[in-house]
Amino acid sequence: MAYPYRHDRETRMLSECFGDPAARTVAGWKAVGGYEGIARALEIGREATIEDVKASGLRGRGGAGFPTGLKWSFMPKNSARPHYLLCNADESEPGTFKDREIIRWTPHQLIEGCLVGSYAIGASHCYIYLRGEFFESTNVLARAVEEAYADGLVGKDILGSGVDIDITLHVGAGAYICGEETGLMNSLEGRRGEPRIKPPFPAAVGAFGMPSTINNVETLAAAAHIARHGGEWYRQWGTEKSPGTKLFCVSGHVNKPGNYEFPLGFPLMELIEDVCGGIRDGNALKAVIPGGSSVPIMSAEDCHGCTLCYEGVEAAGSMLGCASVIVMDETSDIVKQVRRMAHFYAHESCGQCTPCREGTTWATRILQRIEDGRGTEDDLNTLIEISEQMTGTTICVLSDSLAMPIISSIEKFREDYLALIRRGERVGAA
Amino acid sequence: MANNGRKAETVTLTIDGQEVTVPRGTSLLHAAESIGTEVPHYCYHPGLSAPAQCRICLVEVEGAPKLQPSCVTMAADGQVVHTDSPAAKRMRQGVLEFYLVNHPLDCPICDMSGECKLQDYVFDEGREQGRGREPKRVFGRDDFGGDVLYYGDRCVMCTRCVRFMDEVARDSRLTVVERGSRAVIDTFFDRGLDGAAFAGNVVDICPVGALVSKDFLHKARAWDLDHTPSICPNCSHGCNIELHTRDNLVQRLKPRENQEVNGHWMCDYGRANYEWLNRPGRLEAPAVGRGSDRRAADWREALELLFARLQAAEGDVALVGSATCSNEALAGLAALGEEVPGGAAGRVFRSPRAPDEVPLPGFPLLVRRRDLVPNSDGAGLLGFERAGNDDGQGGLEDVAEHGGVVIVLGDELADQGEDFGANASLFVYLGTFDSAAARNADFVLPITTFAEEEGTFVNAQGRVQRFQQGLRPPESARPAWLVLGALVAAFRGEKTPDSAPEAFARLAAAHPAFEGLTWEAVGDGGAALVAEAAHG
Repeated sequence: MAYPYRHDRETRMLSECFGDPAARTVAGWKAVGGYEGIARALEIGREATIEDVKASGLRGRGGAGFPTGLKWSFMPKNSARPHYLLCNADESEPGTFKDREIIRWTPHQLIEGCLVGSYAIGASHCYIYLRGEFFESTNVLARAVEEAYADGLVGKDILGSGVDIDITLHVGAGAYICGEETGLMNSLEGRRGEPRIKPPFPAAVGAFGMPSTINNVETLAAAAHIARHGGEWYRQWGTEKSPGTKLFCVSGHVNKPGNYEFPLGFPLMELIEDVCGGIRDGNALKAVIPGGSSVPIMSAEDCHGCTLCYEGVEAAGSMLGCASVIVMDETSDIVKQVRRMAHFYAHESCGQCTPCREGTTWATRILQRIEDGRGTEDDLNTLIEISEQMTGTTICVLSDSLAMPIISSIEKFREDYLALIRRGERVGAA
Repeated sequence: MANNGRKAETVTLTIDGQEVTVPRGTSLLHAAESIGTEVPHYCYHPGLSAPAQCRICLVEVEGAPKLQPSCVTMAADGQVVHTDSPAAKRMRQGVLEFYLVNHPLDCPICDMSGECKLQDYVFDEGREQGRGREPKRVFGRDDFGGDVLYYGDRCVMCTRCVRFMDEVARDSRLTVVERGSRAVIDTFFDRGLDGAAFAGNVVDICPVGALVSKDFLHKARAWDLDHTPSICPNCSHGCNIELHTRDNLVQRLKPRENQEVNGHWMCDYGRANYEWLNRPGRLEAPAVGRGSDRRAADWREALELLFARLQAAEGDVALVGSATCSNEALAGLAALGEEVPGGAAGRVFRSPRAPDEVPLPGFPLLVRRRDLVPNSDGAGLLGFERAGNDDGQGGLEDVAEHGGVVIVLGDELADQGEDFGANASLFVYLGTFDSAAARNADFVLPITTFAEEEGTFVNAQGRVQRFQQGLRPPESARPAWLVLGALVAAFRGEKTPDSAPEAFARLAAAHPAFEGLTWEAVGDGGAALVAEAAHG
């Protein structure tokens, strides 16, 4: 079965084996150099492995882009308490579908990454927290973990090194907030999926009260390759501040949506026009959400000259996030899109913090009213103020994630809002 | 500085331009409190963990990228904190607006009105007008069982109640169900709070009118209530409480913080038993004479006659006290027994006793004790022996037929027959209610309840605790310490004690267990007795 999302210009590192069922087995993965990464890590030791990842400049692929090697180095040394590696496979950011592909096509890539990460931070147990809706991926990964156990790659004395690393799969119940790192920990422990106040940080008090590190699926998968080839090797791709390759999940009004792997720094317009075959029906581009629904919306002008790396998207006024590029053409109703997003965030808010609990719902209802033609221009000011009151005032950033698209859409597409408001006024007057 | 490399015990920071030094580990919220600045808060409660989720206690800390929750941010040397900066105030106004988006604003029919933190904070700092145009979400009312009703629409989701049940009662019966703005507090299936021993505290700690007491529902407005520091009279633990009164009736009991005794809490049993303080039909005036010869008298005449009879009394004196009476009253009774010529025949008291203690697991100092009276320990220290059964009955067979003097203080003799004291040469009954068993009394003297007087109890920890007067007594009722003190003073040729503190001073001088204690030292928080004397 050929993988449907392919383009000649891709740099396939993580996605090399997508579409190849043979790579789902230990033998198949070893055939492409798999499990050499963990073998080399065990050989050079924990410290050197962390140094390698630091040198690679790998940044967290879950959205925040925090340097992975640095995060690993926060874990206490010589601690008698158990350490845990948590793999965040709760991929639930709207527009994102990269981790699912890694898991379902290359489960051993993830397992190897988990082994490298666990070894580096001194964890003898790794939990992979899977999104509840990942039925196929979970089955594939579960079979792979079983096989890896049978082959002595996971469990006691892995690869005859004397190091024990267990892997446990935990399937969530389908809540967006359980993809937030501390919400994930609570959920893993059997509590309500509510983010925790920091400090304490996970490296001090994480899952089950123990030092923990949490990494995204794509991050750990990349770490497996870095462990095999070294940090400098990884820097052959990408930019100074954003080294390496990245999976871009492109969805929306392009002719060939899909998952494409490119070095960071790839031009956004080339991704849309060339790789994805341009906008459907020859329509004009209207807006792009470059990093999953939680980042500011970019107008068509913002997209020109924008390069897809952390600093490049930031310069264009948004954030790379998890590189989930949602493309909207001229037929798109921005207000409806934002209202739909607001509804999602209101539905997924855990409800702990007041600004998020009340603000997301309130914003949704105002947006709905505007969409229904019953809004006023004053509502836009209210929406912006509500959004500001939801920014930086809560335990996690869920409400900030809604505030950004609301504020940016009103700034950049104010006319769309006003058109709905005026149409409503006309209908009301008639 | 010679701190020997150890961290200093205190930190000095600046809050709103004022320098303040607090112990290391103090939160910014408490540091601000120490200089009289209240930072608004809902989810934080000093007796519970701090989840920092209400987001209204955010303050500006110079150098921090965001506003910081003051309840969990610890004071540090050199910190510059602004609780009142434009950013902090703007944020609080915003959070308050969020609280009101779905709040029903039904203050006119809400029991919490007048002592509601949402009302207070919005009044202080909220927007003058709301911007909400959407219809409000409606949850309605839920019966949580026990004495607790839940009004979900008023709830601010601070989760204090959930955390109280989890952390302090250690009896997880409340939880948050659903999420986002659909979240409400709920019980587990039909179990509810029925039978929980400390659940009433969730009403006290609810900062708004979401959790209210069924007993108090629509009974009084908060601003009409007078608050009097007192001691719970319903068991010998002596939780520090407030009597909340209106129209000279106790409307409810509320715990008063005392970390040595009850923390912030009290039990449901204690809380629920206050109606006896409001019981009508009290003894109104002193009376002299037995049976059909009985006639009303004024106090001067009654005491003069009684003093003359006591001086001439035949036989020894049997004293029946009560552990609902103050130390001052019981000490007065004991002293009088010693002055009467025939000498003492015995001192007893009776009290109901529960089969088990009921501890509060998360605050182990607090235990609903077996003795369901407030001063059994004081009575013991003052020489009274417990008699009768665990229902507070029986045990007075000898006294009932005693041939000498019988003085009964505060025991209603409900289980005794009409021939009680028939053989007594002199039978004096000091009580709050008339009794069939007081038919033979030569003197019936109306006294005040503990709620109508000042005084002290000794609790099961051996701690002397003061209570204050919250109710106006019936016209002619007098504190027992005054009545008995006047008689003792007459025997001794002394001045009558003119106040409860004076009566306490005399008792402290007379009884070694109380040695060294003064009224002032006992104060509002109580004082421990010297251990050996108390329990030696």
